[in-house]
Amino acid sequence: MTAAAPIEVRGLVKRYGELTAVGGVDLTVESGDVYGYLGPNGAGKTTSLRMMLGLIRPTEGTVRIFGRDPNATVAALEGVAGFVEAPAFYPYMSARRNLEMMAAFDGGDAPSRIDLALDTVELTKRAGDRVGGFSHGMRQRMGIAAALLRNPKLLLLDEPATGLDPAGMRDMRLLIRRLADEGMTVLLSSHLLAEVEELCNRVAIVRGGRMVYEGTIAALARGAGVVYRLTTTDDARAQAICAAQPGIGETKIQHGKITFPADDEAAVGELSRALIEAGVLIHELAPQTVNLEDLFFSLTEGDGAAPHATEPLVPAARDAP
Amino acid sequence: MSAVVETAAAAPNAVPSGARRPGIWAVYRWELTKLRYQKRTYLGLGAAVLVPLLFVLAIGLQPHRHGGNNGFAFSDYLTKSGLVMPLVILLFGAIWLFPLIVALVAGDIFASEDHNGTLKTVLTRSLERQQIFAGKALVTATYAVVAIALDGTVAVIAGCLENGFNSLQTLSGTIVSAPKGLELVYASLLVYLVPIAAIVCIGLLLSTLFRNSAAAVVGTLMISLVIQLLGILPGLGSLQPYLLSTQFNAWQGFLRSPTDWDPIIRSLWVCALYGVPTLFAAFLVFLRRDVAGG
Repeated sequence: MTAAAPIEVRGLVKRYGELTAVGGVDLTVESGDVYGYLGPNGAGKTTSLRMMLGLIRPTEGTVRIFGRDPNATVAALEGVAGFVEAPAFYPYMSARRNLEMMAAFDGGDAPSRIDLALDTVELTKRAGDRVGGFSHGMRQRMGIAAALLRNPKLLLLDEPATGLDPAGMRDMRLLIRRLADEGMTVLLSSHLLAEVEELCNRVAIVRGGRMVYEGTIAALARGAGVVYRLTTTDDARAQAICAAQPGIGETKIQHGKITFPADDEAAVGELSRALIEAGVLIHELAPQTVNLEDLFFSLTEGDGAAPHATEPLVPAARDAP
Repeated sequence: MSAVVETAAAAPNAVPSGARRPGIWAVYRWELTKLRYQKRTYLGLGAAVLVPLLFVLAIGLQPHRHGGNNGFAFSDYLTKSGLVMPLVILLFGAIWLFPLIVALVAGDIFASEDHNGTLKTVLTRSLERQQIFAGKALVTATYAVVAIALDGTVAVIAGCLENGFNSLQTLSGTIVSAPKGLELVYASLLVYLVPIAAIVCIGLLLSTLFRNSAAAVVGTLMISLVIQLLGILPGLGSLQPYLLSTQFNAWQGFLRSPTDWDPIIRSLWVCALYGVPTLFAAFLVFLRRDVAGG
């Protein structure tokens, strides 16, 4: 028997009347993944996560959490924890009281994990204080603590670092990294590419409720295409030589330098030989750092087509009937 | 596919069999705890205690009257037995006091989760929505019982301290002993809980529907008042026996000799007609709703 994937989402759609909040999401989170669910605000990330947690019924499509449907029974969430939007607790009760309540609602040996959970998120000293007086960052940490009570194998976190100060963001990322290293599968939504790049091995990029990319970060980076930078003693001739050279893409002038995409390093090597043979001397010929950010923006703001994507994009033809 | 789902149910990620799974009792216990933290609870229970005390004080400060000038039931006997006090409060409390006291909690119990954004927090633990609904409904019912019992008991004690634990004259004119009278008072309180339960159900429905505490509390009270007003509209007198407000007088059947069971039995089924569909509707709304906000 092969174990069911932690998360398997197929053709997920949520419509509110005319508005399509989520317009066809397919993703599979495998055991051990730290999966980034990336998109700008309003892309439908939170709605998707709510459907994965059984809080919202999908209009179409299926969600399976370890093979079970969270909309049919809360038992599908055994071994699963997380939060959507800002974690919320009862403001009139202390942190510890809130966690005691959550543990009581979890059953099993969850109550025995309260101290450890408070310790992990460094709230032990404030455990007796009412949550109503907590800062946003402390509530985020409370959210993690409440999740840890369930001893989860799968953690779903909705923008966990949003609204935190830089130190808080760093601590949150370190904590998520640590939990992932301990073997937890994590699905993390974010609108920050850097966060996903730092933490995740796989990523789904959504835009306007639709997925525009699903695959590994490495493939996404490769997909961004390597662009080379060239300056010579005679740039006009150099451009003409580039145009004639096999494996070299269309040249552009950026900031006074020639830039071009290339198929591989061998083609670039051949180009340098051709330039020298033509009497054009090279001042600089170097690959530019891959700019994931540009790709992210082109995916989430542009026409949605990923340039040079090496992994297939999610089919865009999932229009509503 | 169903086979996959079934094998997954027995997968190691499931809670080991024998592990203690939470149930309605966990919800009930924690909802009670939450009520203890909330001001509205004390507002409601405080009113249930204060109103009989103020009533006793007001009656005590008035010059003793003879003859029933005010003409309401028991008005002639107010100062003759302390046991009359709870009955008079039941009579007047039906208009808005008791509906308000129970609406304070019933209208809030689901809406406050929306207000705090905590519904998503509790619904992603290990409890089914049905269990959460049942726990909350039971706690609201418990609060209503406590409020009525508290009010009645305070009225009995304060009334008897002021006017004595004396025999009680029934509405039929017969005299019953003080212990028997006390029994009738508590039987009346019990029957009074029937229309109160219907108000609780209405409050729960509005709480799930409106997702706003103030709207649900005020709405519940408005519905209760509007039903009472229907009864005094000319031409609608024939509706009177089937109005929710009328059921608040069913307990008077105990104060007749022999006991008049008709209004009491009618109260049971009429209140069920008001309460059961609203409770069921609240259940369905809660079960099916998308938890999209908060």
